[in-house]
Formats: sequence, structure tokens, C-alpha cells
Amino acid sequence: MPTIYIDNKPFDVKTGKNLLEACLSLGIDLPYFCWHPAMGSVGACRQCAIKVFKDEEDTRGRLVMSCMEGVKDGMRISVNDETAKAFRSQVIEWLMTNHPHDCPVCDEGGCCHLQDMTVMSGHNYRHYHFKKRTYPNQYLGPLINHEMNRCIQCYRCVRFYHDYAGGKDLNVFAAHNHVYFGREKDGVLESPFSGNLAEVCPTGVFTDKTLKEHYTRKWDLTNAPSVCQHCSLGCNTIAGERYGQLRNIVNRYNHEVNGYFLCDKGRFGYEFVNSENRITQPLIRNQPIEATEHDTVLQYMRALVTGHNLIGIGSPRASLESNYALLELVGKENFYQGVPDDLVYVEQKIVDILQSGTVHTPSLKEIEQADAVLVLGEDIWNTAPIMALAVRQSVMKTAATHTTEQLPIPTWHDAAIKELVQEDKGFLANITMLPSPLDEISSSSMKAAPDDMARLGFAIAHILNPSLPEVRNAGEELLSYAATISKALQAAKHPVIITGTSCWNNALIRAAFDIAAALDMNEKKAGLAFVMQDCNSMGLAMTRASSFDRAVAAIQRTTNVTAIILENDLYRSIPAAKADTFFNKCKHIVVLDTLHNRTTEKAHVLIPAATFAEADGTFVNNEARAQRSSQVFMPANSEIRESFKWLADIKSLVTTASNGHGKHMDDLLHALEARLPQFAGVSRVAPPHDFRIHGARIPRESHRYSGRTAMLANLTVSEPKPLQDDDSSLSYTMEGYRGLPPSPLIPFFWAPGWNSGQSVTKYQEEAGGALKGGDPGIRLFEQTTAPPVFSKDIPDAFTPRAGKWMLLPQYHIFGSGELSVYTKGIASLSAEPYVSLSRRDAEQSQLKNGDTVAVKTDGKTYTLPLSINESLPDGIILVPAGLTGMEALSWGAWVNLSTVIV
Amino acid sequence: MERPLTRNIHPDRPPLNLKEYEMTGGYAAVRKVCGGGMSPAALQKLVQDSNLKGRGGAGFNTGIKWSLIPMGDQAPHPKYLIANADEMEPGTFKDRVLLEGNPHQLIEGMILAAYAIQAEVAYVFLRWAYHKAADLIRKSIQEAYDAGYLGKDILGSGFHLDMHLHTGVGRYMCGEETALLNALEGKRATPRAKPPFPQISGLFGKPTIVNNVETLCCVPHIVNNGADWFKGLSYSEDGGTKLYGVSGKVKRPGAWELPMGVTMRELIEEHAGGMKNGVQLKGVLPGGASTDFLTTQHLDIKMDYKSVAAAGSRLGTGTMIVMDSETCPVGFVHNLQHFFAQESCGWCTPCREGLPWVEKILLSLEKGDGTPEDLELLNMHTQFLGPGNTFCALAPGAMEPLQSALKYFRDDFEKHIEHKKCPYD
Amino acid sequence: MLTATERQAIDHEISLVPYKKASVIEALKIVQQHRGWISDESVEAIADYLEISPAEVDSVATFYNLIFRKPVGRHVILLCDSISCYVMGYRSLQKALEDKLHIRMGETSNDQRFTLLPNVCLGCCDHAPALMIDKDLYSDVEPTMLDDILKKYT
Repeated sequence: MPTIYIDNKPFDVKTGKNLLEACLSLGIDLPYFCWHPAMGSVGACRQCAIKVFKDEEDTRGRLVMSCMEGVKDGMRISVNDETAKAFRSQVIEWLMTNHPHDCPVCDEGGCCHLQDMTVMSGHNYRHYHFKKRTYPNQYLGPLINHEMNRCIQCYRCVRFYHDYAGGKDLNVFAAHNHVYFGREKDGVLESPFSGNLAEVCPTGVFTDKTLKEHYTRKWDLTNAPSVCQHCSLGCNTIAGERYGQLRNIVNRYNHEVNGYFLCDKGRFGYEFVNSENRITQPLIRNQPIEATEHDTVLQYMRALVTGHNLIGIGSPRASLESNYALLELVGKENFYQGVPDDLVYVEQKIVDILQSGTVHTPSLKEIEQADAVLVLGEDIWNTAPIMALAVRQSVMKTAATHTTEQLPIPTWHDAAIKELVQEDKGFLANITMLPSPLDEISSSSMKAAPDDMARLGFAIAHILNPSLPEVRNAGEELLSYAATISKALQAAKHPVIITGTSCWNNALIRAAFDIAAALDMNEKKAGLAFVMQDCNSMGLAMTRASSFDRAVAAIQRTTNVTAIILENDLYRSIPAAKADTFFNKCKHIVVLDTLHNRTTEKAHVLIPAATFAEADGTFVNNEARAQRSSQVFMPANSEIRESFKWLADIKSLVTTASNGHGKHMDDLLHALEARLPQFAGVSRVAPPHDFRIHGARIPRESHRYSGRTAMLANLTVSEPKPLQDDDSSLSYTMEGYRGLPPSPLIPFFWAPGWNSGQSVTKYQEEAGGALKGGDPGIRLFEQTTAPPVFSKDIPDAFTPRAGKWMLLPQYHIFGSGELSVYTKGIASLSAEPYVSLSRRDAEQSQLKNGDTVAVKTDGKTYTLPLSINESLPDGIILVPAGLTGMEALSWGAWVNLSTVIV
Repeated sequence: MERPLTRNIHPDRPPLNLKEYEMTGGYAAVRKVCGGGMSPAALQKLVQDSNLKGRGGAGFNTGIKWSLIPMGDQAPHPKYLIANADEMEPGTFKDRVLLEGNPHQLIEGMILAAYAIQAEVAYVFLRWAYHKAADLIRKSIQEAYDAGYLGKDILGSGFHLDMHLHTGVGRYMCGEETALLNALEGKRATPRAKPPFPQISGLFGKPTIVNNVETLCCVPHIVNNGADWFKGLSYSEDGGTKLYGVSGKVKRPGAWELPMGVTMRELIEEHAGGMKNGVQLKGVLPGGASTDFLTTQHLDIKMDYKSVAAAGSRLGTGTMIVMDSETCPVGFVHNLQHFFAQESCGWCTPCREGLPWVEKILLSLEKGDGTPEDLELLNMHTQFLGPGNTFCALAPGAMEPLQSALKYFRDDFEKHIEHKKCPYD
Repeated sequence: MLTATERQAIDHEISLVPYKKASVIEALKIVQQHRGWISDESVEAIADYLEISPAEVDSVATFYNLIFRKPVGRHVILLCDSISCYVMGYRSLQKALEDKLHIRMGETSNDQRFTLLPNVCLGCCDHAPALMIDKDLYSDVEPTMLDDILKKYT
């Protein structure tokens, strides 16, 4: 470990870091703009200047940019040198010559990196007395606002959007002091990672448009650590509330999971919490509202659950606690996943694999560090966007490693690495049904039907381990792909295989496993990552409860059923006919949910559930990492409660015996661990509710929070007592422990002098490293030395059938989500319903783009406009999954088509 | 007095075609080297020994620059050799003489340089305005291909070289060698961080040498006549002759090839014929717009790298701009700063924001709106826009004439403030 | 859409570089040579042909002085405003040109005949002041010579 002298004091620093990283990691405040821990150094802003001295005798030294110089043992530098300080202050003055100083009307005001760095540099008197240059702003779509005059030209936006995330439509234009950052012309930003601009921009050029619509100063927000609800990756977020409304979502750094970035669905898809469509009070069918007072509802529920046969339908988007509370209430044998059989079948295979521990499942960070990636049959761009971003980093970093192995260029030197790497890429094989933006960085990107993708996987596995079965009747093309891919995986040290459930294909999962296990046997440290569909799909699947189809079967044999449906619009995942069959057999239907939907319409008793923002809950992500999401605010309407609380109350009405889950979710989680040992560890995901530091709670509000005594003065002049949180160690006040909270309980990032999100560095072991005390979340499965069990049956090649098409879903990052479309901007970016056929199939049926096509399935006919897809394999019909108003279909079924003459 | 570079250049005659060039001894050096007469290492050594220094302005030993290129079978390839013919330094027009006057001499120099570093591809990066030179170079490259001096297996040596002409689209930055590389790659001509140097990671990430036109034109003559001969051409320790130029209000502005190290007085008074009638010499930028002023007290210094540096300026391109007694130094420097501010690429803060500020201050001084504080601000900029503080040398170069103007012509600045107008108007 | 001639010329440039997008500057020059300037449509056509985005093309196009992103007249006058021409009096040429053409620097005459642009050094400092019209260089120019020069361009 090198020792460097900073202002004559020795410090041990890490090899391979630059001086800025070293100083920040040591807790030294050194201002910077263009450097970003995830994007490295380019030396543009000149803000992080320090002095470097040749030796002890050297008193003059040399001004250098700390981000552009690596640490060297024995090096002597000065941060406090007068010239360096004066220069840093001058850099701010230059940047400020044209800045509009409109902080009072700027959304970033008070949490602005530019403000912080200005104060830090000491610049306070303006000498520039000429006119400022001004720019026109652009319309960049419904999610991001553009205010170009505030720009300080740090180039971070284009480096993130274009270089890091691969976006094409944002760039830098013109030259000298006219440089302009934006689009070529006004228009919606195309990248699904555009929201990160609001965080990488050190000032208010790019800001969150959804926040602007109900703006609140960021220091006035009540915050809590949250977990994203919109896909299975479990990105860590911070959600902020004021006046009972959820105002924004920002990234919550987790080194192992999402790092610094979120996708736009995760960042902006929160508006459902504030929706007019929320279920706000308990309702009993055909009874007046007066009858639905809290206790009456519970009494009514007591009648429904006693003396009836109970069936509980769980939910892949409800927390582990709520699912478990339902399981406890109805009994393990009566608890079913609200998920169709075909999907449960695929998911069970995934759980089996993870539980066996034969192969390692990588975190997103580990995927970034992979040196070869095979995506087998999962459209991760749409189903797991941040994983796609991680894969992109793997491709870029692998290429960089190729070159830095030859030349001594440090990994942080982004500019030099890019020039050296040029267009070189690491290995990625993106094997999907349809083209994806990832294809342009792929070395290999075969497009095929799910079974054919699985066959490719088995062919690869066979090459890697010839004792595995051969793929019969494999064509030359498939074998050639298999040869190329297996060679690249074999050449890698840390290959990662990614697959998932969105093709509803079990063979894909088996094939991916065989490849990873075969690689492991060849002494590789292979990783096998799965993508699931919802934020707690893994948690629900891990209960190993039966599918919804089994519930339908069970209900046929039973009478007098009270069904309790937990946070699950079955019509989105189950074909309507099947769902109807189920509901028709129920005597009583109880639904707990947050928003009105087709399932809640069936309810005899409707119970308002809390959203993630109003609830505590544990979610298990795609790598089986259990993570805690904390309540951001208590709904003013006390009837809106976590489902598990409603269910526990109902349970306590019908049983007098102590059931182990008392008042707190801690008790519930302990009971879960005892009942279902596969969940061992979930109770340790976050500190218990009575955790205190020096007797103090962790405040959800920063000490800068304003208006506490005034904000409700229109209702009553006396300040209300702060709300009491009995469920966690977070408080609803500004008071409490001021130091670093345990990482799962970080409600917001702030440090003295660092009011923006850039303060996260103060929470990290080293700049860009793990959070102090370890990153949040507990992985529920350990890798073991269990020998792999390889597959024996390999599907036959996919063959189109005459007059029939295989119906498969297409997921869209914007539109396929049940909840995210409540955000206007996301709804406006959502795809319109369509059906897709291959060109050959369309031409054979004499169809052209835009023709109305009728799809017959599940006893119904759906008419949709045709969109010919040039890349779609023949014999397949694709329909977008989960668009609002579209019913669930029998994915994988063979369906008929007909043309509709309008 | 020998004038190897311009011997065959006559303003009133068209440049030599390939046959004529060969008749005057042209391509003999290529034949010698490619005929087995000299290994790449020997050629590098020879040029190093000749003490040929880069004529683009930096004055670095050319042979040493070449020696930093990875050689041998393991070296990355293709390697590139680039002739920097971007010549956009205001007041500089010397390379034009060579480009328009004897294009084959440049091509021969490039073949030799490419051979020395075993480059497979060479580019002439030509400034856009030199349309005549572009036509000539295009034609000459074709002639060289036809004669077997370019292409595969040159003269049976096993050495291959392809050569292309790239004309710029107007950015002073392109003259900076790493920005030039970005321009050749089809990118914005922003400079690159050094290290890594282009010798290691240059064009398309491959080892690359960028040499100035005049530098490359010297190489055939060194090969033909030896290092000692080349050193002997000079009046100073820097080898060779130099193309010097003078512009401004002198009687005969122009460019001349002279022994390295002639005095400034000889250049101005003899070759340029002295000042025009009625005006006196007030100051000189000795090597282009980005060099410090020298004044009448420096007339007897030798125009070589070391002597000009000792006098507080730089030899730069060796083409001097004369400022006369009728020209306002503030206006003069304002014109320069306007140029530099416009040509800043916009990458780093001090240059992008500092230069326009300097320009505005100078303009307000010219208009009579200046204050004493403005001089402090100008002074601050000359200090903070120094080498190392900015990403590349553009802003430090811009500060050279400003800081020296503040030193030598401070009275003029003060008069603008005192009289609230330009005393030269 | 690019014309066959433009595509052919661009294809040649593509053949000289390791990847298509490296020829974007050449492509811009080729298209400008044929069309006088680079319209948004030209940016899109080039982007399409080189398989990059319009923003990537425009980022490069707007960086360089001599890629015209606005229409220009039939002839472009580039008046050198750099130091030697400054000393030798380019400002009187500028005034004369502006008066004659009834336009300011950066503008195009009403009859679309001339666009007048300031330009950094033309490398003609020994014969300053200088200007260039299309590809023709004029040196040692005096205001009185302008009428004769301009009448060559219709």
C-alpha cells in the first residue's frame, strides 16, 4: 500500500487510484466536476487542481489535476497550497461567468453540486462584468427538463448518456464557449437511462420533470430507503414525500446492485402512489360506506374466514411479509402463487438451481466485471434495463482490459482508454427473439424462437463438455454460433450467462445452467444470472407454493370458498376465462390492493393496501438478495395499511393462540424463517425495529427540513406531534442520530458541505466502493460444492405450423409495467397494442403493416393492428405483454389468425 | 550558403514533377534506404544525430521522437506517420512555401520517416485553405505510387506504405497533434491527454508519429548528406536551415530559408527590407501568434530555439509578425485573443471561459471602458492559463503575447484607461 | 438521401479507415461540396449512411468552422481577420465589403450571390490583407480592388 504525503501528513492509500479518488476516500474535501466514480477521469473541468512536489525540498511544486495523476509511493502533494486553492477558486469564477445564478428558481437549488463546490472553493466575489451568453432550451420529452443556461460544460451528460449508456441522441455541439449539450433537435430522449442525467449533471441543466410537476425542495422531503418495484433486479432507491404525496425517486447507491444508476421506469414510475385510482378505504359489496368502518370490516372478515374454506392467492409484487402473512392466515396448503402454471414451472427450475448452489449467481456489479457475457433468450433491455447497462459496462471494460494489459494505462483514465480501445469490444452474445439495442455491442446476436435458443445453449454446453448430449438435427448456422460462443466463453476467466423467464421457456433455463456448470467444471468462475418478472417474483417462487392453475383445480373440488387475493391483478397474468372460472367458484372474494383494477372489481370485500412508499417490506431480487424497503410516509388515511398488517389483524380475530407473529414485522420474519427455512437470513436484512444508535433513531428528514411548524398551520395552529414509527428505527422527524446509519437504513445522502447526491462518497469505504459496513441486502443462497445435474432432454427445433402461430409476449420497458404507466410521461412513451409477424408469414397471409388482425386464443378473439417485424422468426406471433387494457394471453399456445376487413 | 529545402523552389515556375524531382537528386534517399542502405534503427539514429528539431514550434529532437515508437514484430500495427500541414498559426505561412513549391520533397521525407518507424499508412493533414497545395499533393502522391515509391513492397524492400491526403475543415486546434488525430478519426478536434503519447496510442489507438512539414522536408537531405553536413548548415547548435518569415509593415514581407540562428535584425532589416516608410518597429512576435513579444532591444538575438527562449520568447514556427509604431498594442493583442477564444475547442474550463473574458476586457479597453482592475484580471489570466493548468497548450500560447505585451507596452494599456479611449485612433 | 455520386465518394473514404464513422468529416465535406451547405436532411442522410445517429454527425459538423449548417450564397467570401491582416488593414476591406454587399459579417446578400464570413489566417500573411472567394485566393487586397474581384462572381 503506497504512502503519500498530503500537506506533509502521511496517508496510506490504495494502489491504482488517482489522487482525487485517494483524497476523497480519505475524507478530504476536494472539489471536482467532470470526474465521476463510475465514469473515470477526463481532465476537462480543471477543478480538482492540487500541487505536487518533487521531494521534500521542493517548495514551489507543480499544479496538477488530481484526477489525472495516479498515486505513487512517497509522493508529496498539497491540497491546501495557496496557489492551488486560488486556482480552484478561479475555475469556479470562470464557470460562473455565464451561469445564471438562478438558484432560487432552480430545482437543484440546495442540493446542487455546483453550489457545494462553489462554497468549497471559496469563490465569492464576481469580477466578470460583461453580458452572459444564453442558450435556447430543448424539449427533451416528458421525463427530463432542459435548462441549458445553467450548464458548466463538464461533459458529464454526454459521457454518461452516449459513452456509458450507449444513447445516440444526446451529444455536444459547437465549440469554444458556445458548446451546447442536448439533442440534435427537440425531441424525446431515446435512452431509457435518461433520468440519470438529473443526477450526473452537477447543476440544474437536466432535471426531473416529474418532480417539477409537484415540486418540493429536496431538503424538505421526508425520505426512506426503498427498493424499486418495477422489475426483478431490486435496484435501491430513495423515495421522497411531502404533504402526503410521493415527490421523487433518486438512486440509492448499492455497490453490488445498481451502483450509481437507475432506469427511467424505476426512477419515474412512482406516480401510481399518488394516483386518483388508489383504493382509499375498505369497501363491502352492497353495503354503505358507514358499514365499512375499520372494526366493522374486520368483524365482517371474521365471518368470511371462519367456517369457510380459505384459498390465498399470493403476489409477485407484494412483500415477503404480506405473502407470508397470507400464507399463515390461509394455511400453507391453501396458499397459491398468483402466477400461471407455465411460469411457476420455469421459476421453480430457477429456484431449484439457486438452491442447489451448484453455480454462482452474480450481482449486477459482478456482471459488470464479467469478461464474456452470453444472454440466452432474455430481452434484458426491456425486462431488466439496469442489467443491460451492466452488460454494456462488461463489454466496454473487457475491451479496456485487453488494452491496459498491454499498456500501463490506469483504469480510471477514461479518456486515454477510449482512445486506445477505439471500437474494440468485449465478448457479448445477445441471443434473443427480437433485435435489441444491445445487439450493436454484441459480437454475436442470433435471433430465434425460444426452443431454438435453448438448442443453441445445449449445443454450447455440449462443446464445453462433450459428455453432455448432442443437439440432434442441429443446422450449420446453429453449430457455428455455438462454436464461436463456446470458444469465447472458454477463453474468459469470469464468463456470465444470463437468462430469464420472459420467454416462458423451461429449456432455456436448463440450457443456461448446463453452460454455466460446464464452464465451472472447466475451472472457470462462471456466473449464471436469472431475470424474473416482478420485484418479488423470486420471493414468491421461493415459497414453492403452487401455481394459480392449481388453485383453479382445487376450487373445483371445494365449496364455500373464501378467496383472499393479495395485491395481484390476476387478469394481467392469467387468461380472463381462467380467472373468471376461479372467481365464479368463490363464495367470497376478498381483495387487498393499492389500485382499482379488474380483479378488485370482483371483490366482495376490498381492502386498501399500502404501496411500497407507505409500507415496510422485504423483497427478494433476481439474485435471491433479500432487501428491505422502508416506509417513506404514513398515509393520512389510516385505513391504508400494509397488507400484512390487515392480514395479521384478521388472523388474530380467528385464533387466540400465539402464532409467533406479534406486533412487528421482525416477528413475522422470524416466523417465516422458522416455517420456510429457505428464507433463513431475511430477519437480518435490516436492523430490528427497536434498533437505536446512542438511543437515537435515524431521521427520515434532514436537519435542513423546513416548515415543520407551519406546513399544517392551515388546519391547526399548534404543531402536531411527530408521527411515531413503531415498525422501524427510522423516525418521522429531523431529530435523531446524525452519523452514518447502517447501510440498509440510509434514508438520504448528505454530508457537511455536500448537499447533492455526490455526498454518497462520504458513505463509501472508498470513492466508488462499497458502502461503509457493507452493502445492503442478504443473499439467501450460498454457492455449494454440489455436483451439477445436467439436462437430458433437448427440445426439437422450432417448426412453424401451417395456419397456426406460437403466441409469445413482447415486453416493453415503457408500457408493460402494471404500475409505472400511472406516470403520465411513461404512459405517453408506452407502446400501442399490436401483433407482430415475420415478413414471410405476413406476406403468406397477404397481410401488410397496419392491417387489423384477429388473434383467436383462450376462447376469445383479439383484434389488433399488424406490425411486421423483419427479424421475427417465422411461425411466431408476438403480442406486447401487459399493456394497459390488454388481457393476459396463453403464452406459448398455438393460435389461429384471421384478417379483419374494416 | 546552402538552401537544401528551397533550392528547387522558384516562385515564378511550377513545382517539379516527379521526373524533374528525380533529375535534381530527388528520391535518391528513398532508393538508398529502401535499397538496403540503411535500417530503420540507423535512420532514426542518423536523424537524432543531425539534431533536427521539430519545426512545428515545440522544437523536440525528431530522431528521439521517432525512437519512442514500438518497433519489431510485436509492435501494434498499422503504425501511422502524419505530416502536420495544418499551418493555422496566425502569421505563419512557411509550410505553404514547401507544399506548393516542392511537394515531392515532402512525400520523400514522409516515406523516409515512415520507413524509420516502419509505418504502413501515412497522411498529409493539410489545412483547408491550401487548395493549390492540395491539388499538387494529390497529383504528386499518384506519381509516387506510379513510380513505385509508394504502395506495396517499395523498390523491392518489402516495405509497404500507403499515403493519403486529408484536408481539414478549419480549426486551429487541428494543429495540436492529438487534436489532429481526433480530426483524422472523424471526431471533434479536442486534444487528448498526454500520456499516453501518440507514439504509443495515436491514430485509431495505434503508434503514430506526427511531424511538421518542414521537419519532414529536411529528412531526405540528411539521408543524402549526413548528420554532420546538416549540423554544419546552422549558425547554432540546432541543426539545419530554417524557413523564416516576416509579415507586417515591412518593405518586403516573405519567407526565406536561412541558416538556423540568423539574427532577428538580419531578417527584418536585410531580408524583409526594413520597416515601411514612416513607421518604426515596436515589437515582434518571433514565431507566430502564440509567442511572447520581443522588442527592439532583442534585435540582435539569434533566431534559434535556445537564444529566443533565453530572450523570453519562443522560436515557434520562426515566422515573425512585426508590430509597428502605428498599430495599437491593445488592439493587436485583442485581435490575437479574439482568435484564440474563437479557436478554443471548449473542452477545458480555463481556456473556454478564460479566453473570451480576456478578449472582452481587451475590447473594453480599446473602447475606452477599461479600469485598472482590468489589468489585474488580465494579469491573473496570464498566470492561471499557464502550461499544465489547461488541458493543452492553446491557452498558454495565447497568454504569451498578452503577458509580454503587458510587460513591454504597459504604458499603452494604461493610456487606454486614463484617456478612456484608444490613443491610436 | 445521398446521391449516387456522393455515395461513391463517401464509399472511397470509408475504404481508407478502419470503421465507417471515422469518415464522417470527409462525408460532410463531400456533401457540402455538392450542396453548398449541410442541411438537417443532409445530416440525417450522412448519419444513415454511416450508421451513426444524426446527433453524432451534428456534433462533429458544428465543431468545425467550415462546415456550413446554414445556407450560404452562391459564393462564399472568407475574409482573413487574423493578426497580419489586422496589421495590414483588413478592417477597411471588411467595411468596404459590407457596404458594397449591404450585409454584415456572417450574412448572405439578398440576391444569394455572396455570403461574407470572417476567417482565421489564410496562410498568406506575407501578402496581407487577404481574402478567399470559393477556392480563389486574393492577396495584397485593397478596397479599390474589390469591384474588379467581385464582378468575377455571378
